[in-house]
Amino acid sequence: MEKRQLHPEKWVDQYADYLFNYAVARINNAELAKDLVQETFFAGLKSANNYKGAAAERTWLIAILKRKVIDHYRKINSQKGKAEVRMNYSSHSDSDGDWLEEQIADPLSTLENDPIENEELGLAIQECITRLPKKQSLVFSMKTIQGMSTEDICKELGINPSNLWVMIHRARTALMGCLNQNWFKL
Amino acid sequence: MISCDEAAIICNKRQYKEASLGEKLKLILHLLFCKACSKFSKKNAELTVLCDKAPLHCIPEKDKVIMKNKLQKRF
Repeated sequence: MEKRQLHPEKWVDQYADYLFNYAVARINNAELAKDLVQETFFAGLKSANNYKGAAAERTWLIAILKRKVIDHYRKINSQKGKAEVRMNYSSHSDSDGDWLEEQIADPLSTLENDPIENEELGLAIQECITRLPKKQSLVFSMKTIQGMSTEDICKELGINPSNLWVMIHRARTALMGCLNQNWFKL
Repeated sequence: MISCDEAAIICNKRQYKEASLGEKLKLILHLLFCKACSKFSKKNAELTVLCDKAPLHCIPEKDKVIMKNKLQKRF
């Protein structure tokens, strides 16, 4: 098997958004998540010598990020006064009654799978976006994820609207194919 | 009648709610006759649903540039 190597110069373009999605899902704070991604890259660079090529680059970076997320929670938990976790029996604190019966999980419900599945879907989409040519992924992200207007994107990138729609078209066509492979055929 | 290329562009605009009424009418008329575009249109709508459903986030390009610079300093 070909020996895997690290390419730190490509990390930001290739993995930043993927790692960011992973972090945001766990930290729920975009600024903090961004910092953790940056720290992950630093840590990756620092311990690049330990990379044996056993895992793919992205898996290796995710493993580092995972530690960073855990460290983050350790840190905020060790701050005095915050270690205490208070839990109300339910979000409607004044409702009292047969609490045990009310709190029991519904064995037939599949509702709680949705957030998990949607996070995985998000990562699958993100991975497909990363495979697009740089310009296409940029336009697609700005339009679809950041929800920017056509006019703003054109101004920022110096392209005209028909360029933009052609790129969106190529990106969407490629994504449909990629998701067919990555998502629907799992 | 519009061509399939034009239909595809309008279909994409529609995913972002940016197709005008006239464009939409032209598209619907085209879809009545064109099987390939109907299929594309359906797939495209599915992609929109998926993208809406997934909690997607991305780092703005200018922040990525900052990230890259910070990282490069440590090479």
